Amino acid sequence: MNFSELFKQSNQLCKVSPDGKYLATCVQYRLVVRDVSTLQILHLYTCLDQVSHMEWSSDSLFILCAMYKRGLIQVWSLEQPDWHCKIDEGSIGLVSSRWSPDGRHILNTTEFHLRVTVWSLCTKAVSYMKYPKACQKGIDFSKDGGYMALAERRDCKDYVSIFVCEDWHLLRNFETETQDLSGLEWSPNGCVLAVWDSCLEYKVLLYSLDGRLLSTYSAYEWSLGVKCVSWSPSSQFLAIGSYDEKVRILNHITWGKIAQFEHPASIDNTKAEGNFVLSVPELPHPDEICAPPIQIPVVKPDPDRANPKIGVSVLAFSSDSRYLASRNDNMATAVWVWDMQKMSLEAVLEQTAAVRCFQWDPRHPRLALCTGNSKLYLWSPRGCVSVQVPAEGGFQVQSLSWHCSGDFLILLGKDQLCLCYMDEHALVQDATL
Amino acid sequence: WERGGRLRHPWVFFSNGENNEISRMSHVMMSPSRQSNLELAYSLSTYSVIGAFCTEDNVPQCLLHINQELASLGLPVCIEASSPEGANLNAVPVLNAVYELLQIHRRDMCTLEEMEKEQMKKSSSLDLIQMTNSRLKDQLELSIREKSGLYETERQLQLKLKTLQRCLKGEKDEVQKLQSIIASRASQYSHDAKRKEREAAKLKERLSQLLIDRKDKKLAIDVLNNLGRSDGKRSQWRTTKATASHEGEMYKFLLCDYEESQKSLVLENAELKKVLQQMKKEMMHILSPCQPSSRGATADEELAESDEDEKTRDSSRDTLDQSCEHAREQLTNSIRLQWRKLRNHVEKLDNQASQVLHQMESNKDMIPFETHQDEMERMRHEVQQCKEFIHAQQQLLQQQLSTSFDDETAALLYDCYTLEEKERLKEEWRLFEEQKRNFEKERRNFTEAAIRLGREKQAFEEDRAAWFKNHFLNMTPFTNRRRCSSSDGQSSLSIISEPEIRMSVKAHKAKASTYTTFSTPKSSRSTAAPSTTDLYRTLRLIPDCSSSMHSNQVWQESSTNGDEDIRIKSKSRGLHCSDLDIFALGEDDSLT
Repeated sequence: MNFSELFKQSNQLCKVSPDGKYLATCVQYRLVVRDVSTLQILHLYTCLDQVSHMEWSSDSLFILCAMYKRGLIQVWSLEQPDWHCKIDEGSIGLVSSRWSPDGRHILNTTEFHLRVTVWSLCTKAVSYMKYPKACQKGIDFSKDGGYMALAERRDCKDYVSIFVCEDWHLLRNFETETQDLSGLEWSPNGCVLAVWDSCLEYKVLLYSLDGRLLSTYSAYEWSLGVKCVSWSPSSQFLAIGSYDEKVRILNHITWGKIAQFEHPASIDNTKAEGNFVLSVPELPHPDEICAPPIQIPVVKPDPDRANPKIGVSVLAFSSDSRYLASRNDNMATAVWVWDMQKMSLEAVLEQTAAVRCFQWDPRHPRLALCTGNSKLYLWSPRGCVSVQVPAEGGFQVQSLSWHCSGDFLILLGKDQLCLCYMDEHALVQDATL
Repeated sequence: WERGGRLRHPWVFFSNGENNEISRMSHVMMSPSRQSNLELAYSLSTYSVIGAFCTEDNVPQCLLHINQELASLGLPVCIEASSPEGANLNAVPVLNAVYELLQIHRRDMCTLEEMEKEQMKKSSSLDLIQMTNSRLKDQLELSIREKSGLYETERQLQLKLKTLQRCLKGEKDEVQKLQSIIASRASQYSHDAKRKEREAAKLKERLSQLLIDRKDKKLAIDVLNNLGRSDGKRSQWRTTKATASHEGEMYKFLLCDYEESQKSLVLENAELKKVLQQMKKEMMHILSPCQPSSRGATADEELAESDEDEKTRDSSRDTLDQSCEHAREQLTNSIRLQWRKLRNHVEKLDNQASQVLHQMESNKDMIPFETHQDEMERMRHEVQQCKEFIHAQQQLLQQQLSTSFDDETAALLYDCYTLEEKERLKEEWRLFEEQKRNFEKERRNFTEAAIRLGREKQAFEEDRAAWFKNHFLNMTPFTNRRRCSSSDGQSSLSIISEPEIRMSVKAHKAKASTYTTFSTPKSSRSTAAPSTTDLYRTLRLIPDCSSSMHSNQVWQESSTNGDEDIRIKSKSRGLHCSDLDIFALGEDDSLT
């Protein structure tokens, strides 16, 4: 496992282009584009202000830099460094900006969620989408980029609008059976839209592309409900994490629950269902494997505060849909890995500190996670490993992201970053899995 | 005064001069029914009478009285004065009487003591019973108190329950109230929220309107040169055709997805069907060879069924590709059938296996479980019996051995063996005791009879004395005078009484030999000397309980009969005199 030298970055803005060739980082108001293989600086752009959001276009030709405070957007081209584009949202303000899937349009959400402005880079045309809903995830593009779902709120009712991304034609607009829609997400095959209600009510609705309600699922009532939703890459499963510290798995044929994963504080053999449980404490032995029963520290949430730190808030399927990783907020030190074939607990990765971030390798069933210290943790079905980042000055890994090839990881510190290259041997080993 | 009255009577009769009548009357007066009264009066009057009982003047009367008393007590003693004045008494009868009295007294004392003891016992038991009673009373009181306490607690609990129920009701009301409050609040809040949201929406609308109206100059896009589309095509005009094409594309997309999913489902289905077919084939394969062997009786039916199966299988195979639904139904049906068969078969095999196992356990015998159990039970019983037998044998052997060198144990054993004998002895003893008791009863009866006899004898003697007197008077030359002066017999009292007394003494003396000869006329029919057993037999005819009273009556009757008899006798005196004479002479001889 090799590490690159440290590079500067700010606001943890560091992204690899979708084609995996370039690495763009923002340092204050400068945008630096490097070659991934050589780490040589290819381009250097200067923005008008400190960048708060940066995004590659889908064809890896343009980079969007948003400066929310100023309500400004600057777009840079890799092919034509002289080309420039500046979009000013004016006095209405800007809270969010993103590329459309075709890479020729930019969608800006204005302050107060007054509207979504679609700017075309081809025609300079501007169009508006009114009444966007201010929620957890109000806009989602289908994976193939053909359609966009937008959550709206009109007359105290929730609606979903489906647009064809090609020409922003409104395909469908339908009212959803939600009290207060909280988010929506396309299935990876783009045919089913999952819509879930706010945490006050456990309700997940599944709509077809043409606006038909396919199914409704509610696990319980009178308690805080859905916290996060995640599709498996195969579109077979819909995982729902909720405030009752459970993950429920729905299937794609009947949309009924087929499994339920609990996150108990103490794990014994019966709960592990014959699978060994891995524990990765940082000290004294980094790779200690504990046999069950094990106890996981639990932090009791403050009941008087909003958004209590309890329940499953993060769910991530591995690229082959074989494993599901979850984090229960009141057991922040542990990441749970579930086997989706056996529908059972595969491993519990316990750390001494709260897990900041974890991400699956896009190619292999391999999970990388960090806890805000100078170590990188990796888990695969073969075992787990922790690596000390060999950087002076106390580099602390706050966040990480995989390169699309799965060859290396980008480790982000507070204002630095470094690349971590996977071992060839390990890769070969993993490839044989 | 009673005694005085009693004593006056003879005086009245004596003044009449009718001696016979006096003696008779006095006897009548001395009936046993009055005895107790007399005794009571006696004890009472002992101190009330001034002076002693006996004085110089009334010695004969006293004597008479004492004699009567003694006779009433059943003592056949005649105290007679040694001198006609009555100053000195014949010591022997007196002593005898005294002795008898003392005996009676002692016996009475003994009885008294026993009674006292009994009474003590009774009183102690009474105390005990009283104590128990008081204890029980205490207990009763305690339990009553407890009961009341329990009642109290129950009452309190019920009170508590009532209050709790009231509380519950209150709480329920409260809950209902709160729920209604919550509901109203919720509706209010939702209403408020909606209002606020509407306001916000209105504000937003206004804001956007304002923004549009203001023609925000800043709102702009500044692009160096327009970009081409990512797909290289030119952008199209928005037309209805385009809209329709979008719809079509969407449906195409959906259709593709559904087709894909259907394809995968069909694939899966085909796989499953293949598996089913294979399973069925294998099942048939497994089932077919063992059908005729294991089923036997139902083989024909099974064969028919299997034929049917065969048909269905063939048909299903044929139609598999044709009509999916039909084929599926058939396939599932046949599989179900096969599965049932297989299950039955497996169950049978299981049973067989278990049976085989059981057989193996029971030494390869074809014994059913029940008989096996019975046999086991029987054998166990036998073993138990054998064990007992062995044990007994051992014991006997040990006993034999021990008797040879251990006398003590032998004695102990002997004791054990003689226990039964002891029991038998005890039984006999009990019988003996019973007999003894019976004997005692008999003796008592006999004593009573003797007393009665004594009385009868006395009566007879009196009769005889009267007869002698008459005889004597007849013989004397003053016969006529005597007859004339018999009415005023005041002076001749002493003369009359003298032979009477003498005769009674004589009779007493001759008691041993001539006891029964002086029987009352009633019992005189047994002229031959009757034995005590005879007497007993006769007495036994009378019930025990009423024997004393009856005997008294008999005695009274006999005495009255005696009176009549005497009258008859006096009429036919001439006939009897010689006999009596001889008898008297005989008696005299025996005396001398």
